[in-house]
Amino acid sequence: MARITSLADAIAMAVHDGDTIALEGFTHLIPHAACHEIIRQGRKNLTLVRMTPDLVYDQMIGMGCVSKLVFSWGGNPGVGSLHRFRDAVENGWPHKLELEEHSHAAMANAYEAGASGLPCAIFRGYIGGDLPKVNAKIKRITCPFTGEELAAIPSHRPDVAVIHAQRADRAGNVMIEGVLGVQKEAVLASKRSVVTVEEIVDELPERSLNAVVLPHWTVGHVVEVPGGAFPSYAQGYYPRNNSFYKQWDDIAKDRDSFQAWMKTNVLDKGPDAFVQYARKHKAAAE
Amino acid sequence: MADYKPTEMMTVAAARALKNDDICFVGIGQPSAACNLARLTHAPDITLIYESGTLATKPTVLPLSIGDGELCETALTTVSVPEMFRYWLQGGRIKVGFLGGAQIDKYANLNTTVVGPYDRPKVRLPGGGGAPEIATSCGEILIIMAQGKRSFVDKLDFVTSIGHVSGGDSRAKLGVKTKGPTKLITDLAIWAPDPATKEMTVVSIHPGVTREQIQENTGWPVKLAAQVAETPVPTAKELDVLRELHARTNRAHAAA
Repeated sequence: MARITSLADAIAMAVHDGDTIALEGFTHLIPHAACHEIIRQGRKNLTLVRMTPDLVYDQMIGMGCVSKLVFSWGGNPGVGSLHRFRDAVENGWPHKLELEEHSHAAMANAYEAGASGLPCAIFRGYIGGDLPKVNAKIKRITCPFTGEELAAIPSHRPDVAVIHAQRADRAGNVMIEGVLGVQKEAVLASKRSVVTVEEIVDELPERSLNAVVLPHWTVGHVVEVPGGAFPSYAQGYYPRNNSFYKQWDDIAKDRDSFQAWMKTNVLDKGPDAFVQYARKHKAAAE
Repeated sequence: MADYKPTEMMTVAAARALKNDDICFVGIGQPSAACNLARLTHAPDITLIYESGTLATKPTVLPLSIGDGELCETALTTVSVPEMFRYWLQGGRIKVGFLGGAQIDKYANLNTTVVGPYDRPKVRLPGGGGAPEIATSCGEILIIMAQGKRSFVDKLDFVTSIGHVSGGDSRAKLGVKTKGPTKLITDLAIWAPDPATKEMTVVSIHPGVTREQIQENTGWPVKLAAQVAETPVPTAKELDVLRELHARTNRAHAAA
């Protein structure tokens, strides 16, 4: 049953040291504010699951929160490397990072299988390449009807899913629009969830009959954090800040500049630091 | 002759490889520029699909990421990522897939995972993303990559996605029914697989490029096709549309 709370309380209650957590959002609606709160609360030994680690996992890896990463594409989209991720894999800084590497198709199927309550995902994939040689969880399974050999991997069943959405109502029903990614699947596959939203409203606005809504009884904690996806975006609220994604390349390249940025912008701040990004675009629109 | 850069020739040649009725899975960067150039010139009805789930999208500026709002706002519809990979890609509904990579070998297998050994990489690259299944589920694959000795290698450090595997019928023997790479478009030439051996061979050389230059930028002995054409220079219209697209994109990304 959804509980509307503060970000600090939601993370304190839902995310524990050693948990397997999935912060999802495929380019769109990436939960940056929640990521920062996890870092501020000093979580350790996390296993992070995410298709595209993006800046959020670069930050958590660089701040030493992470012992293992389950992923399929670890770059800064359109820009290049995630330098903290690379530093961890190439040099073990700030400590060694275990990798469980997949393809996008595998990750998407594993979330869907998790949401479906299945133990594994089956799909046509991983043919001929080297990923099965470095990831023992990629197996082959034979279709009992046709004899076709297919790929199988365990379903994703994270302890916690963390997502950002546009809106929730006061009961905690959550509405998502635009690029949907795997957020619905991630929440339904996980034991617990934290959903940050741009706004909590009395009633969800007029919507299409097939709008994506997570009913309140499938959601754990709901928190209003305007601007909470910045520099990712919230369709209908503010656009992706592509120039920040480019700036991140310089900030994260160097350990010292990374740590300085994290201190100023994360450790010494709170969730209300994100309000300005929501407000700026609201003002621009008016 | 029009004044243009080798990367512009590459993008124009790649755009020309696409047809008006193609249904195309688009990667970020060079593929996205080529696909949208095709849509804005000779292929206005081309269906462009990005792995964020945006079907039949018509962006006015190039997205920086695979899921910019621009793609969703201009799409016919947007589906979830599991649906994208299950119904659309695995379901065999995409005719052409467009890939690039950090390393390629003579059978057009690609590496986007690591330089050096997997456990102790010299360079950790982003990884496969959608590529392993795009490479086997799309009807055919186009590859766009700038040439160089470090990227056109005799042996890949890691096979992220397969092309023609070890040549001949080795791809089909794995049970893969799709064609695989049918064209490799570089800043120097256009390559296509030899019908029997499946080794990539040079079929068209860009204007002003020599055969020696192609060899110098390839890590294996280059084979030429029986007939080698000269790639037509980019037209004024192709260059105008491409440059205007990049200018619009730069303005939009700086402003955001």
